Amino acid sequence: MLRVENLTVKFPSRFGDVTAVEDVSMSIDAGEIHGLVGESGAGKSTVGAAIIGLLQSPGYVSDGTIMLGETDLRSLDRFEAHALRGKRISMIFQDPQTSLNPLMRIEDQLVETILAHEDMSTAAAKTRAVDLLEEMGIEDAAARMQSYPHQFSGGMRQRVVIALALCTNPELIIADEPTTALDVAVQSQVLGLIRRLADVRKVGFMLITHDIGVIAQIADTVTVMRHGKRIESGPTAQVLGHPEAPYTKQLMAAVPPLDHKIDRFKVPEDDSMAAPGKSKGDRAEAWLLGGERQVPIGLTLDNIDVTFPGVRTTIWRKPEPFTALSGISFDVRSGSVMGIVGESGSGKSTLAKTLTGLIKPAGGTMTLGGLVLPGGKARSRHHPSRQLIQMVFQDPFSSLNSRHKIGAILSEPLWLYGLVKDKGERRELCADMLGLVGMAPEAINKYPHQFSGGQRQRIAVARALLARPKILICDEPTSALDVSIQAQLLNLLKDLQSAFGLTVIFISHNLSVVRQMSDDVVVLRNGRIQEQGPSERVYQEPEADYTKRLLELTPTMPSTWIQ
Amino acid sequence: MVFFLAKRLIQSVFVMLAVAFLAFSLFRFVGDPVSQMTGVETSVQDQERLREDLGLNDPFAYQFARFTGDMLRGDFGFSYRTRQPVAEMIASRMPATLELGVVALLISLLVGIPAGVYTALRPRGFATQAILMITLVGVSIPTFVIGIMLIFFFGVQLGWLPTFGRGGTVNLGGWETSFLTVDGWRALILPALTLGVYQLTLTMRLVRAEMMEVMQSDYIRFATARGVPMGRLYFRHALANTMVPVITIIGLQFGGVIAFSIVTESVFQWPGMGLLFLESIRFVDIPVMGVYLVVIAFFFVLVNLIVDLLYVLIDPRLRISDVS
Amino acid sequence: MLAFIKRHEGLWLFTRSPAVMIAAIVAIAILIGAVFAPWIASVNPYDLASFSLMDGLLPPVWEEFGTEKFLLGTDDQGRDMISSILYGARLSLIIGVSAMIIATTLGVGLGLAAGYFGGRFDALIMRIADIQLALPAILTALLIDGIARGILPPEMQQDLRVVVLTLAIALSLWVNFARTARASTFVQMNKEYVQAAVMQGQHPLRIMFVHILPNILGPLLVIMTVDLASAILLEATLSFLGIGLPADSPSLGTLIRIGMQFLLSGEWWILWIPTLFLIALVVSINVLGDFLRDVFNPRLR
Repeated sequence: MLRVENLTVKFPSRFGDVTAVEDVSMSIDAGEIHGLVGESGAGKSTVGAAIIGLLQSPGYVSDGTIMLGETDLRSLDRFEAHALRGKRISMIFQDPQTSLNPLMRIEDQLVETILAHEDMSTAAAKTRAVDLLEEMGIEDAAARMQSYPHQFSGGMRQRVVIALALCTNPELIIADEPTTALDVAVQSQVLGLIRRLADVRKVGFMLITHDIGVIAQIADTVTVMRHGKRIESGPTAQVLGHPEAPYTKQLMAAVPPLDHKIDRFKVPEDDSMAAPGKSKGDRAEAWLLGGERQVPIGLTLDNIDVTFPGVRTTIWRKPEPFTALSGISFDVRSGSVMGIVGESGSGKSTLAKTLTGLIKPAGGTMTLGGLVLPGGKARSRHHPSRQLIQMVFQDPFSSLNSRHKIGAILSEPLWLYGLVKDKGERRELCADMLGLVGMAPEAINKYPHQFSGGQRQRIAVARALLARPKILICDEPTSALDVSIQAQLLNLLKDLQSAFGLTVIFISHNLSVVRQMSDDVVVLRNGRIQEQGPSERVYQEPEADYTKRLLELTPTMPSTWIQ
Repeated sequence: MVFFLAKRLIQSVFVMLAVAFLAFSLFRFVGDPVSQMTGVETSVQDQERLREDLGLNDPFAYQFARFTGDMLRGDFGFSYRTRQPVAEMIASRMPATLELGVVALLISLLVGIPAGVYTALRPRGFATQAILMITLVGVSIPTFVIGIMLIFFFGVQLGWLPTFGRGGTVNLGGWETSFLTVDGWRALILPALTLGVYQLTLTMRLVRAEMMEVMQSDYIRFATARGVPMGRLYFRHALANTMVPVITIIGLQFGGVIAFSIVTESVFQWPGMGLLFLESIRFVDIPVMGVYLVVIAFFFVLVNLIVDLLYVLIDPRLRISDVS
Repeated sequence: MLAFIKRHEGLWLFTRSPAVMIAAIVAIAILIGAVFAPWIASVNPYDLASFSLMDGLLPPVWEEFGTEKFLLGTDDQGRDMISSILYGARLSLIIGVSAMIIATTLGVGLGLAAGYFGGRFDALIMRIADIQLALPAILTALLIDGIARGILPPEMQQDLRVVVLTLAIALSLWVNFARTARASTFVQMNKEYVQAAVMQGQHPLRIMFVHILPNILGPLLVIMTVDLASAILLEATLSFLGIGLPADSPSLGTLIRIGMQFLLSGEWWILWIPTLFLIALVVSINVLGDFLRDVFNPRLR
């Protein structure tokens, strides 16, 4: 049905034309779900945009053919192409929160799309819209259709988005990361819906995603891309189960498995920073080991509650406070890794902020060793825990001040806590610490924007270590990274943890990643602990229903696929 | 929604009180009101009696409360310069300024919004670049220079239009309007253009910036991917979403229009409140200055409350609560 | 060289847009002319002895009766137009730049603090900004000027004209900076590098000025440019209204006001040459401001 041959897409820039997609071919049949997988910069979204004719300016298709049935999409003029969009090809975007016009009722958006392509009465269009929404699993659709987008939850909104994409019976739907913004349970429903539409309505899907688990679960065929080129393609089980290309093998090795714990990911170390005479960080290692590490201390949380003032909507009534965390108690053993796992809104980031003193708990106590940790503003700037607890953040692009050099960023904890008095010594130690996290010491003279996301996370780890912390909190440290970079960073964290006996609190929404990292685990949902215990026990014999469901619904691949 | 509007109302009252306080402080502390009201020959005893009569020896808070109360009843005091009631002076000048302001604002919106939409949708077109360049020059020319230029070409060189005053007006129940005579309209054209051109460039640039931002949003890209007809896409989807920030600025602009009418009125000798204000500054006629301030702030606050109401009409998120 | 330019987007865009390059040249030329006016100008327009009524109302050199001694002609007092304009621009720029610097310092300081501390302090600053917004810039400036007239003794008023005018303009423009700085600070407060600094226990002043300020300079620079143009326009407008600078120390606005008397007679140059000069100055500053906005906000290109 869809046939793409030798597609090449270029973006003119001041450095000359940049080739975003080069010589990519693929075909999709009716009722087929074709996965397009690759890491960021692979050009997978560009392929989708080129097919539907919505390449961001100034990009253009420089070569190749795109045939939809008998229609040559490249030969259409602007108006023909627009008339074809929605009619024969449609698209689903990543974020249902922003994909719908907030000022228009769902009904108007559906009816308008149907009438744009089909010659029928408004009443008939409404009937079709109702039928479609019910088919998507929205109950009482005739009434719900009168609502505005903000009145729907995220999952419901994605169903509306799919209904909008489907309402004119297109042959092909391009779904660009359709479930990335959704929670596990909703993701599983949406994926089920897509599968059903392909089977029943014979719609062809191009499923663009970075999540190999999703591809494994529903794609019939898959194309692996890297740097704008096609690496490998074919039936999913064959390509992912028995990859031939070295890149695909590497990619599969970097995917963290959900069903067992592995020691280390078999991925090549990032060698882009390797330089002759690269420091191994001996000096930094000695300095870290020389601290007061001898006294092992753990962290204890007892019955922590956090509430936020509610949003005031009426004049007279005081708003109900919103409970972000309720009755949180757990112990983090010294030298162990505590995993905290939960979906969005579960309160995991609130927990990290409470531990670090950014948020004041409404009740409960936190103790570090024998030291009581005051909450929020009550924790003074000079409190010892400021040094003892350090954090690695989620977003490598905002966690380092882009206007400061790496050297300045790294030496900040050293002078702030008075750890190293001499300026020259600080510089040497920072340079050496970079070696310890696998980077070239020369990096201290550069600015953050000169590094990739993975390298910046390494710098962030180095900054945390330079405070000589007892506790290292990692809040979603890999969620912004590609899977192969994630594997490298997880390896680094594992190495550092065992070398220095660090106590780590590892927070993530990704069950597989948490399993690889943690000794103990806490499962959070809506601010409450659902289950906690040694991580292997929780993953193998979950007790709470919520944990069971979560483990069941997370898309995984057959364990035989993983090398 | 009620809460949103109530909050804005309270803020508005707060702003009005603050401006009233400013006006009161002007009256009370800039110069001595008694020596302003009396001549050199008035005896010290008479001055003291007047001071007592005016209540200037009362506690400060009490004086302010009385001042505010007087204002609310429409008693604005007397001008130092003309000895007339300020309320009458302002009231007789207000229609001229408001008519000028409204026409100028209409010019700015009726030309500015379409031009903004056009330049946003054709960002690389030749016409767009030309319009952008012209408007950049437009914001860089001071209002008074625009006025002078218009007077020079249309008044002096071509002799088409009058260059000062309001021309013929008709009295409608105390409201002197220019709208009902040809003469009045002819006199209105140049001042309104002068005042409107600057606001027009602002409106156009704002609509363009917001529109370009909205055109990049996911919901516009999704609507494009569904093949929603271009006309609906641009106006029903994009322009409607642009309106929320745009009406905010229009609300703020109305204040600007009224304030800049000071300059326009001065260039065209337009007998409005602005001209009165300028005269009162030259003669340090504090009561008139203070009342003018309060009146301007009142219009500003009023227009912004209307803007808030419009928000609620445009944006369902303010009308209907979240996920049910 | 070319490679260096290509790597820096701002520089690259600069070399690609002739309008911006012309604007930069015009702005720099006017700046140099204004700064070195006492050395460049042939006469000192403030010094009555340096010019003569005999030379009054001479047209520019290319018109009939024009002389090479006065390239752009003279006014009714016999002052050389070029000298008047250079001195006028000098005064306009002194007032504009000082007002802009005062407004920046005040606005950025308050905006940063409001954004950083939030809560009541923020609410207070924003309410003051609300009041200020209800009284547009020109009104605030006029008002402050009026107050100064009421408070200052008459003999000091002449001497303090420039100071009063500068303060009046500065106080009417600070709100722009405060609002921009506050909004940008709010954005930065949610960035993780700020959270990291707070968490580490760094001093609030250090976080505000060493961490946040460098990251919000972009939008502030745009406002500074645009507001420099506004300040110059405002000064010209006030002087035109006869409330700014008196005729014996003319700024560009005063020159235009004087020129208005010749609108109907034949001496067009006395009005239009200073006017064109003012427009050229403000247009070039605004072109540069627009360019900076594009550099810092690539989505609008």
